[in-house]
Amino acid sequence: MTSADVVGPDAPNPGGAVEHPSGVAGLYQRALFNLRTGNLGPAPIIIGEVLVVALFGFTATNFFTAVNFTNLINEMAGTAILAYGVVFVLLLGEIDLSIGYVAGIGALVVAELQLPGSGHQLNGILAMLIAVAVCAAIGGVQGSIVAFVGVPSFVVTLGGFLIWQGVILNKLEQRGTIIIQDRWINYTDSYAFSHFAGYLIAVIITAVYPLSVLYKRVAARGTQIARVNWGGFAVKLAGVAVASFGTVAIANHGKVIATTLGLPLSGVIVILVAILLTFLAKWTTFGRHVYAVGGNAEAARRAGINVPRIRVLVFMLSGATAGLGGIIFASQVNSVALTFPPGNLLLNAIASAVIGGVSLFGGRGEVRGALLGAVLIGTLQNGLNTLNVSNGWIYIITGLVLLGAVTLDTIAVRLQARSGR
Amino acid sequence: MSDTPLLQLRGITKTFGSVEALTDVDFEVNAGEVMALVGDNGAGKSTLIKCVAGIHPADSGQIFFEGQEAHVHGPKDAARLGIEVVYQDLALCDNLDVVQNMYLGRETNRFQILNEAAMEHTTASTLKSLAVTTISSIRQPVATLSGGQRQSVAVAKAVQWNSKLVILDEPTAALGVAQTEQVLALVRRLGEQGLAVVIISHNLHDIYETADRITVLRLGRTVGIYDRRTTSQQAIVEAITFGVPTKVSGIPSAPEAGGEG
Repeated sequence: MTSADVVGPDAPNPGGAVEHPSGVAGLYQRALFNLRTGNLGPAPIIIGEVLVVALFGFTATNFFTAVNFTNLINEMAGTAILAYGVVFVLLLGEIDLSIGYVAGIGALVVAELQLPGSGHQLNGILAMLIAVAVCAAIGGVQGSIVAFVGVPSFVVTLGGFLIWQGVILNKLEQRGTIIIQDRWINYTDSYAFSHFAGYLIAVIITAVYPLSVLYKRVAARGTQIARVNWGGFAVKLAGVAVASFGTVAIANHGKVIATTLGLPLSGVIVILVAILLTFLAKWTTFGRHVYAVGGNAEAARRAGINVPRIRVLVFMLSGATAGLGGIIFASQVNSVALTFPPGNLLLNAIASAVIGGVSLFGGRGEVRGALLGAVLIGTLQNGLNTLNVSNGWIYIITGLVLLGAVTLDTIAVRLQARSGR
Repeated sequence: MSDTPLLQLRGITKTFGSVEALTDVDFEVNAGEVMALVGDNGAGKSTLIKCVAGIHPADSGQIFFEGQEAHVHGPKDAARLGIEVVYQDLALCDNLDVVQNMYLGRETNRFQILNEAAMEHTTASTLKSLAVTTISSIRQPVATLSGGQRQSVAVAKAVQWNSKLVILDEPTAALGVAQTEQVLALVRRLGEQGLAVVIISHNLHDIYETADRITVLRLGRTVGIYDRRTTSQQAIVEAITFGVPTKVSGIPSAPEAGGEG
């Protein structure tokens, strides 16, 4: 060794030099530090959600009811699933405008395949798998044009937007509505678990987070990722527990005429897919490569990552989540009609991801952000509906929230840059 | 020079459309040697390196690695041979942390599931072996590092893979005086450890601090290969600017410069 250190008299590095003590005091210090440096994480969106719930709880008469709560879960489920796919596309720095109508294709395929007396009636579960596969294939074709030909994803998926809208129009213009009778398909957005099963699921979901922390501590002994801030761990665990048990308790409380409600299956699907995709993004080679391509595509290419392959796979994933979301939307109304997809599905899905802190420029964001964003948008629109606010105002307010969230995030990023992070 | 060079290029030609970036270029570097590659802007230094690294393959010419003819069609081929390149723009992902960057494209995994612990341990020991001690946390994003720290990470990334040849493209271009000295010390250390090192630089001071031999390119052609100890800086400057075919000091593989040693 010739010299003691290679980059000795270097500028002090502000980000990494800060060591936080553990425990609640450490959590408080870290929160202050994060606030000062603009690293806000999911805090603003959770605060926003609490404010929205409080506001509608006081103003709207039908908002704060168990029945409306389960409605809300069923309404936002499809949007959340679509938003997960958007996260991966945005992580690459791309965009997928076709997902709204690809969701429509998913719903159409599933409705067609379950049609009794059509000669090709399939089991509902098989029909759903085929529909998701078809949508993944659509994403694969669009992604291939982006990755191999080099057409900007905005243009390719804008073309997809028109094409799949046209296919749906052609298919349904004469027939009007296809009714979905298969119970498995309809379960995705109507089945409710028994009270006991609901609590059991709450226990399992609450256990996932501490188990993942425990796994890291055992598997990665002696490394920095195995270090746990116990104060932060306790707060997060409490948050997850309150959210899951609270959801089940409120849902179990609901009663429509004589039928008691319970935890909706759609809510469980939303959480399971979120856990699965978080694992994919954070724990697998594929996920790492998605972040790398979004952060610096040229660096990824020079490191030997097959960048076109990653792009195609991400667009396939986006198609698949769109298909699954479409099936859930169709099962919500037990049919597919010309009015599909409902409302501003595409824009709500993208807004959910962006409100959840996913950067439009690639490389930054998490799946859980899309879930939180979808919950916020769903609550907002549901609450405004129960207040009998006109559709015009619902759009305006949703737009303002989106603008506010992105502005806040942009300011946060600037603060981060100023503090050297 | 005694045995076969570690890397030998013969007659490399590369055109971009009608522009001939490289014309019949010869180049070589031995193990344990620091070879400087110099030339004015547009002389073809970076293009030559990209041919070796497989970023864009040469149109014609041969690449010999350890005496065997090698075909480099992509970055993975180069990595398999043991060639690593540290690019001018560093080629790091700002949004990923130090460990993630060190293993970019070569993650340790089992059934596609990342083994973060193994990657973190190896990264820590690699940085230690290169005496890179100022990075306080190898789990901080590269965006938070200073220029010197980023350069150290990039060099460590190249060395980590038991590489035989490390190519550094303008490693000190963005650094201050003190940081430059430290990176140059690191470059010399790589050569002392038996690696073949190619350093591209505009800065003759850097080159005379580190290099054993100097290859001069001008307008996509080899001007000559010079021994640092026997060649004045003035002669190098003349070769860079005017392409003077000065008598070469004992290197048989520079036909344009006269050939005989």
